[in-house]
Amino acid sequence: MLALLVLVPIAVLLLLNLPFRNIPRGILTAIVMFLAFTELVAAVSLPFLLSVEPLPFLSTLRFDLVADDLTRVMLVAIGLVLGSAMLVGQESIQSDRQHRQFTSLLIVSLTGMNATILLSDFFSLYVFLEVIAVSSFILIAMDKGILAVEGAFRYLLLSAVASTFMLSAAGILLMSCGGTGFEAVRNGLGGSNADTAKVGLSVFVLGMFIKGGVVPFHGWLPGAYGSAPAPVSVLLSGIVTKVSGIYALIRIVHSVYVPDEKLSMVLLVLGTVSLIIGAVGALGQPCLKRMLAYSSISQLGYIVLALGSGTELGVVAATFHLFNHAVFKSLLFVNAAAIESRLGTTELYRMGGVGAKMPVTGATATLAMMSAAGIPPCAGFFSKLLIIVALVKADHFGFAVVAVLASVLTLGYFMAMQRQAFFGKPSESVAGVKEAAAGYLVPAIVLGIITVLTGALFPLLLNSSLSFLLLSKSLPW
Amino acid sequence: MNDFLQTYWMDVAVLTTLVLSATWAVLSPRLLRAVIGLSLASVCVSILLFRLDSPLAAVFELSVCAGLISAVFISTVSLSQLETEENVVAASAERIRRYWYLPPLLLLVGVAIVGLEFPALPDVSAIGQDVRQVLWTERPLDLLGQATVLLAGAFGVVVLFKETKKHER
Repeated sequence: MLALLVLVPIAVLLLLNLPFRNIPRGILTAIVMFLAFTELVAAVSLPFLLSVEPLPFLSTLRFDLVADDLTRVMLVAIGLVLGSAMLVGQESIQSDRQHRQFTSLLIVSLTGMNATILLSDFFSLYVFLEVIAVSSFILIAMDKGILAVEGAFRYLLLSAVASTFMLSAAGILLMSCGGTGFEAVRNGLGGSNADTAKVGLSVFVLGMFIKGGVVPFHGWLPGAYGSAPAPVSVLLSGIVTKVSGIYALIRIVHSVYVPDEKLSMVLLVLGTVSLIIGAVGALGQPCLKRMLAYSSISQLGYIVLALGSGTELGVVAATFHLFNHAVFKSLLFVNAAAIESRLGTTELYRMGGVGAKMPVTGATATLAMMSAAGIPPCAGFFSKLLIIVALVKADHFGFAVVAVLASVLTLGYFMAMQRQAFFGKPSESVAGVKEAAAGYLVPAIVLGIITVLTGALFPLLLNSSLSFLLLSKSLPW
Repeated sequence: MNDFLQTYWMDVAVLTTLVLSATWAVLSPRLLRAVIGLSLASVCVSILLFRLDSPLAAVFELSVCAGLISAVFISTVSLSQLETEENVVAASAERIRRYWYLPPLLLLVGVAIVGLEFPALPDVSAIGQDVRQVLWTERPLDLLGQATVLLAGAFGVVVLFKETKKHER
């Protein structure tokens, strides 16, 4: 039944592109929203889906797909971000033709992401990450503006390098472990060719770092996020870079190989460097979208830092922060899209006092900022707390202190942004501005509610049907 | 050393071509030449994968990377504006100023790699199965993935090219 999560989007894609009809944009949006809703339903009902006998034709396909609580977290994140990106696209993309193209590429990306989170094979991971990458290039460049094309080109270049690393690593793993499945690699890492297998795994992880935008491979990220069309920025920042980079790393640590001392130290150092460079890069950025891009680099550093602790709690913390980041970063990019739709710009100096003219946008941006900076009761506080506790429990006190200080930096640049853009003295450019359209407000409000409720109800999460968000079976309370 | 070269001359040649073409792709001031450099690098990786008895990986590398990625690259290249000769000269000088450290860094990495002791790759006999059989019976999901990549590439061509043609009319 898991195969339906891959096959249904492909079937929908083919049906939507039959040549003899142009489907109205409202119907296209409704179809994608339905697909997003099915992601959420699949996440909640996954145990039931796994227990049901597969349909006859599905069992002949021999798709080796697996799912666990980590998959469920990703399904929820994908569903939320997909729906948000589609609603923003409905408002921001004026041309019906471009809207149809955006919808098709969104569904291609969904196919790639769903397959990626269900896979248990390194080679298949490489193939479906290519699906996500190719759809992302085209989405970034679809406006055909010079900056967008440059951003797409840079992403394409670095992604090609990452893909080469990953494919080569799959070859090394095949030779050293006798297969590219997670189980074969796990066994191979304890076998006679363990050293070779570790080299292969390290090269694969290097490819993941490039795709995820971890420092020092982050060069493509600000350009791509900053110059992509608004709904594409929501999609990329919210979920694509997480699935194509960080999720795979979490999956490797969770299911294949717990980092040894050396690999842990590499993860801790890279995570710390990403934290600091991302936060410093965000300070003083004049453009809101580029500032959010650098902030993403910093937040990814937290996730890598958590994985570097080498503990189960670290994996739980990384997963929870990945989910929270998907929510609050998507929310911030939805806000940026809303402001851009009214002001025609995301330059901070031209946004002064926009919070008074766009109160809902301003309020939800404040909630997202609080979550990003780790201020309770927003969810980001709890995931960052878990990360710091995981580092302390693993005796990495220095890195825990850096994580705390980086939160202060995060608070600094977000407060500067809030003061300049939302609560500052109204500038002339916001004189006639009204609140954003419903297509921006609905996802903003939903994501804002989620980021507050996930945090405020955190203790209740542990014993609820949503406990999978904390990989509850692994949580060593 | 002579024995090493005699045995592995082809691998050394392909690896050298790979490094040179990848460097050319990154440093070339002309985008189209950069694309050709990248495709050549992908072809070199495919050859290496064939020689490492990984025909499946080599086939995917050839078709996905060398073929489709290069096609998307060229599409992107065609959307960029033509550079004047002055801009090309200025970009070349700027590129040397920004990336002067790359050749010595590559040399250093090469020396370090030669000095390191890598674990020996195990001898693996060929699986004896036809690539088509493997694809259809053992890796059907990967086949679906590759088909989806090609579909995405087709969308890319439509998205990036079709409207341009209409404007030209």
